[in-house]
Amino acid sequence: MKDSPALHIKTYLLLLVMVLFAPLGNVLLSKGMKGVGAATDWRPADLSHVLMRISGSGFIWLGIASLLTFFVAYMLVLTWADYSYVQPASAFSYAVVAILSYIILDESVSPLRWAGIAVICIGVLVVGRTPHRTTLERTGA
Amino acid sequence: MHEAFVLFLVIVAGTGGELCITRAMKKLGEVTDFRPASLLRFVYRAMRVGWMWIGLALMTIGFFALLAMLSIENVTFVVPITALSYAAGALGAVLFLRERISLQRWVGVLIVCIGVSIVWMSKP
Repeated sequence: MKDSPALHIKTYLLLLVMVLFAPLGNVLLSKGMKGVGAATDWRPADLSHVLMRISGSGFIWLGIASLLTFFVAYMLVLTWADYSYVQPASAFSYAVVAILSYIILDESVSPLRWAGIAVICIGVLVVGRTPHRTTLERTGA
Repeated sequence: MHEAFVLFLVIVAGTGGELCITRAMKKLGEVTDFRPASLLRFVYRAMRVGWMWIGLALMTIGFFALLAMLSIENVTFVVPITALSYAAGALGAVLFLRERISLQRWVGVLIVCIGVSIVWMSKP
């Protein structure tokens, strides 16, 4: 695909959608599950009761919708951008989840946890800067 | 113990599912035609590969394990811990998909593991 300013804007827009919607999905799932209650009992009768409550939670469905939005944006951007360019963007998701959980769930994040998240972001960025095909290429569709 | 097992399921079932789907997709080959009819044919072919179904089943288990984990722990603990999937994915890629992992990627995975350990230590 031809490199153009419009393509750059489209790419950045979809990366923004990815970086926002994956953490948002996880935060909404967390809010939903906090409402459902702790799933600590694994007996079939209790599990089916928990599943019923999960399927009735609006936050869970919003979370799934957010994760699907992330997935569609991810798939779309991969049709023209390199995986090695797109993948490191996921590193920022770990920081965004902490910010969103503070805003939406009122969760406080300790300095030690922030440090751990920062180290994970660096690790993901390093992983993202490695070659992405080490096996032979095949063409299917 | 219960919590560690659920975390194990989140990481191993989630990553195992992705590896199985990768194996199925590698069997089908790269997608180069993005016309809707071609994509539908591709999805139909993908659904006839056994690894795809195993992958979907494992990812479903991983998703419900994630929900269980989010009901027990804060999201700022659970999501960073799931970064361990980078380590599980690298190991699985070597053992299961016969991919070659560069030294730099192992270094990245090691840094992720250090970060996860720090997040684990931040648990009250």
